[in-house]
Amino acid sequence: MLRFIARRLLETIPVLFIIVTATFFMIRFVPGGPFTAEKAVTPEVMRNLERAYNLDKPLWRQYAGYLGKVVFHGDLGPSFKYPNRTVNEIIADKLPVSLELGALSLAIALAVGLTLGVLAAIKRNTWIDYLCSSVAMIGICVPTFVLGPLLVLTLAIHYGWFNASGWYGPIDRILPSLTLGCVYAAYVARLTRGGMLEVLNQDYIRTARAKGASEVRVIFRHALRGGLLPVVSFLGPAIAGILTGSFVIETIFQIPGLGREFVNSAFNRDYTLVLGTVILYATLLIGLNLVVDIVQVWLNPKLKFE
Amino acid sequence: MQSLSPKVLPTADVTPDQLEQGSSLWHDAWARLRKNQLAVAGGLVLLVLTLLCVCGPWFSQTYQDQNLDLGATPPGASHWLGTDTLGRDLFARILYGGRISIMVGLVATFVALTIGVTYGAVAGFLGGKTDRVMMRIVDIMYALPFTIFVILLMVFMKEPSEKLDGWLRDTMHLEGLQGVGNMVLLFAAIGAVEWLTMSRIVRGQVLSIKRMEFIEAARSLGYGRRRIIFRHIIPNVLGPIIVYATLTVPAVMLLEAFLSFLGLGVQPPMSSWGALIKDGAEKMEEFWWLLVFPGSVFSLTLFSLNFLGDGLRDALDVRASKD
Repeated sequence: MLRFIARRLLETIPVLFIIVTATFFMIRFVPGGPFTAEKAVTPEVMRNLERAYNLDKPLWRQYAGYLGKVVFHGDLGPSFKYPNRTVNEIIADKLPVSLELGALSLAIALAVGLTLGVLAAIKRNTWIDYLCSSVAMIGICVPTFVLGPLLVLTLAIHYGWFNASGWYGPIDRILPSLTLGCVYAAYVARLTRGGMLEVLNQDYIRTARAKGASEVRVIFRHALRGGLLPVVSFLGPAIAGILTGSFVIETIFQIPGLGREFVNSAFNRDYTLVLGTVILYATLLIGLNLVVDIVQVWLNPKLKFE
Repeated sequence: MQSLSPKVLPTADVTPDQLEQGSSLWHDAWARLRKNQLAVAGGLVLLVLTLLCVCGPWFSQTYQDQNLDLGATPPGASHWLGTDTLGRDLFARILYGGRISIMVGLVATFVALTIGVTYGAVAGFLGGKTDRVMMRIVDIMYALPFTIFVILLMVFMKEPSEKLDGWLRDTMHLEGLQGVGNMVLLFAAIGAVEWLTMSRIVRGQVLSIKRMEFIEAARSLGYGRRRIIFRHIIPNVLGPIIVYATLTVPAVMLLEAFLSFLGLGVQPPMSSWGALIKDGAEKMEEFWWLLVFPGSVFSLTLFSLNFLGDGLRDALDVRASKD
């Protein structure tokens, strides 16, 4: 177990290194810098700007300097577009918002998805099953960027129950996390239904029933553990999807999170901010994937840590 | 395999034409698919939508025709789905946008398919160390935040792609090809992301088929490697490939719309469903139809593609093993 984790952690080092290097050089080899969008400045000012941000040094020096700072000090450098602010500050400022949105969405996805999936599996081929499965299909086929604006249009603008945008009170959390969670709730429901159906046919479930275990006990104690396996292996892609999905959600609902900041920074060519967010997202994703893998093996002893 | 009927062993007094007529995998699959009403409905909807998008613009006004006096009008007799703020007919724009969306879906899927099938087949067929290394690379790439890279690519390659446009226009004298560079970029970016699952599926299939007895039989009959690959392995992998290609199309269209919604995908004057939805979402407070109609058409297409894909999967009896 420990060896498995250690090996996986070691593996992430070259992966992260490749990500940082690829992103760094991809950004630099493209025409247009962070200051080209601004009004024409005198060559002198330009030189001073470039000196201030180390852009006048040879590329490999810039790269080495950046890498050293990131690895040894966790310092992601100053932002190019926000004067006097470091990337670390911006991330510390915006990341909690995105994490809250992501966590709420994941909670909704699991709560709704598991309920629908288990219901559909227990009441297989009845109208409850068909209803749950159709709701899941709608969730999969109506993308967030259609569902979100539609919810705003009806519930916020027409009925006035919610604010159309913003991130102030608890009520502002409902629509965004509902929108983002819906898609993944649908996938979770489908996977749970499939997993439960497979498990419910197995001998050990029959044994449990024969021993007189109540139906509730059979489902929650015996079946759910095995039936959840497909859901757990889906969690990795789901987390990735929720992270990137928040780009759109934060744009629709005008939430001051890191997702919107990332898209803006790419448009603005704010080199350091782009790099910083990419490094952060990559680390986050790889870390969470590792956690998912561990949970998966823990739930299913048949899978050994390879 | 419920449709397999017991084989009657031929005895001496049975003439060849009394032997049971064998039915091929494709024949069986077609019969099963036709029984699945949802899949058939999905296929029909797709057929109608595609025909409308391809042929419709020949008969209607063009998507660029403006009527500024008209402004945004709600749906009515003269403009079935209303017009946008520039007085452009929304129905015509949805048809034009559909051309782009469907094209992106098909071409990018084809790119992903080509890379994925080649990669997976090579890994599966060669096996051993090569296979291990190749699939380890895929595993690692799975963990990468690819959507982020696609976004970066779309932003940073914008100028080179505009240069390609300029070159096409000035050097090659190809008019009316504006935005082609951008489209090529879109295909490449999406294709580069979506091939991973396909390569895993193909590799798994090739690995298991390679060890099956009928391959052994073919080999013992002295058939060459080529004949085995093309006559025996490929036809058996075709089912899963078709199924996952059908399921990749909606994924690709979703990614394209996602990028267009962020303003990174298809650029004006071209339009796609994603770009129309973005436009509609910005103006929905006053003009609801600009959001509702493109959104519905897009969702309907995704619905149909998913139902058709699921139906094909059941019909071709592909084991439901996601990734």
